[in-house]
Amino acid sequence: MKRMDSSSLAAAALLALLAAALPTDVSAHIVKGEAIGFFSGFEHPISGLDHVIAMVAVGLWGAQLGMPAIWVLPVTFPLVMACGGFLGLIGVPLPGSEIAIALSGVCLGAAVLLELRPPLWVAGILVGIFGLFHGYAHGAELPPGQNALLYSLGFVLATGLLHATGITIGLIHRWQWGKLALRGAGAFVLCGGAFFLWGALS
Amino acid sequence: MATGMGPVFDGISHFGLSPEDFLPVIALGFFAGLRGPAHSRLTLGALTLCWFGGGLSALLGLSAPEIVLSCATAALFMLVGMALAANIVLPPSVCAMLGASLGLVRGMADLSGVEESVSHILTLLGMTASVFAIFAIAASLTIPLKRLWIIVAARVGGSWIAALGLLLVGWIVRYGALTR
Repeated sequence: MKRMDSSSLAAAALLALLAAALPTDVSAHIVKGEAIGFFSGFEHPISGLDHVIAMVAVGLWGAQLGMPAIWVLPVTFPLVMACGGFLGLIGVPLPGSEIAIALSGVCLGAAVLLELRPPLWVAGILVGIFGLFHGYAHGAELPPGQNALLYSLGFVLATGLLHATGITIGLIHRWQWGKLALRGAGAFVLCGGAFFLWGALS
Repeated sequence: MATGMGPVFDGISHFGLSPEDFLPVIALGFFAGLRGPAHSRLTLGALTLCWFGGGLSALLGLSAPEIVLSCATAALFMLVGMALAANIVLPPSVCAMLGASLGLVRGMADLSGVEESVSHILTLLGMTASVFAIFAIAASLTIPLKRLWIIVAARVGGSWIAALGLLLVGWIVRYGALTR
């Protein structure tokens, strides 16, 4: 039998540990609101298409920019998003968040469409600013009676998985046809962002 | 929690079903593992001993108020997560102090308000054994890592843990202490 090398073993263990973070709603550990907290947190970022397209676009752009942006942008986004979530939770007013969220789709879609290559810090700041508004919406729209940690875990995990989806799709960038398809996906995100921006402004 | 398999298994299950316990332990294990064997060994000892010490002091009635433990938990999520995400260079003693703080806070939080009894000491032993095992596994998996993407995955995980910590601070400000 072929033996697994240490990297494969580590990868398998990482996946297993991530799987261990999944909710435990069928176990005997009965604490009210736990599974509801995780699922409503997980559902929140994926229930709004304006969030989805922007977060997938972060992954697409990161993949297009290559190393180190491919992982710096998805690391930056949840951290700044959590700052926004914190502001939303403590009730700090942040006007125009819906417009900013829609605008994030427009800007990130345009960046992917035009294959923009700004310096890493510029890309990081741009993604960070949008992350702040996305996080604010999650924090401000928080349903009452949830388990704090599991709700937060759900929404951070969902956000990360949306980035990972974007990065995975963005890996087609290595082929010529993939580059074109990726720019097409950018156009799709741009149109989606413009649609939501129209809705937010009207 | 009661598994029906005795207090040691109750302790093991409690740790395994409490993300506020196992997430920072795994993150700290990855961080110490990335830093090397010296960091890992020292942190493993400090974390495990302090977890047991914190739990024991809570059983004896020496515990911090719930709000303090909640704030400390959130702060430790942020510290451990940021350290892993940034892969910062720390001396082994500082890494061990981070482990000791985590052990004290979470050990205390897990057993605060619980009466001292042989059964609960066994529960604490089960919990501490889980902490030892999970930290050791996480650190030992990370030490030999060579592939960039796995290191990146661990660091991305660290940023998620830090984000969780920041969100927990918001929850505490809005709703008060976290429920155990």
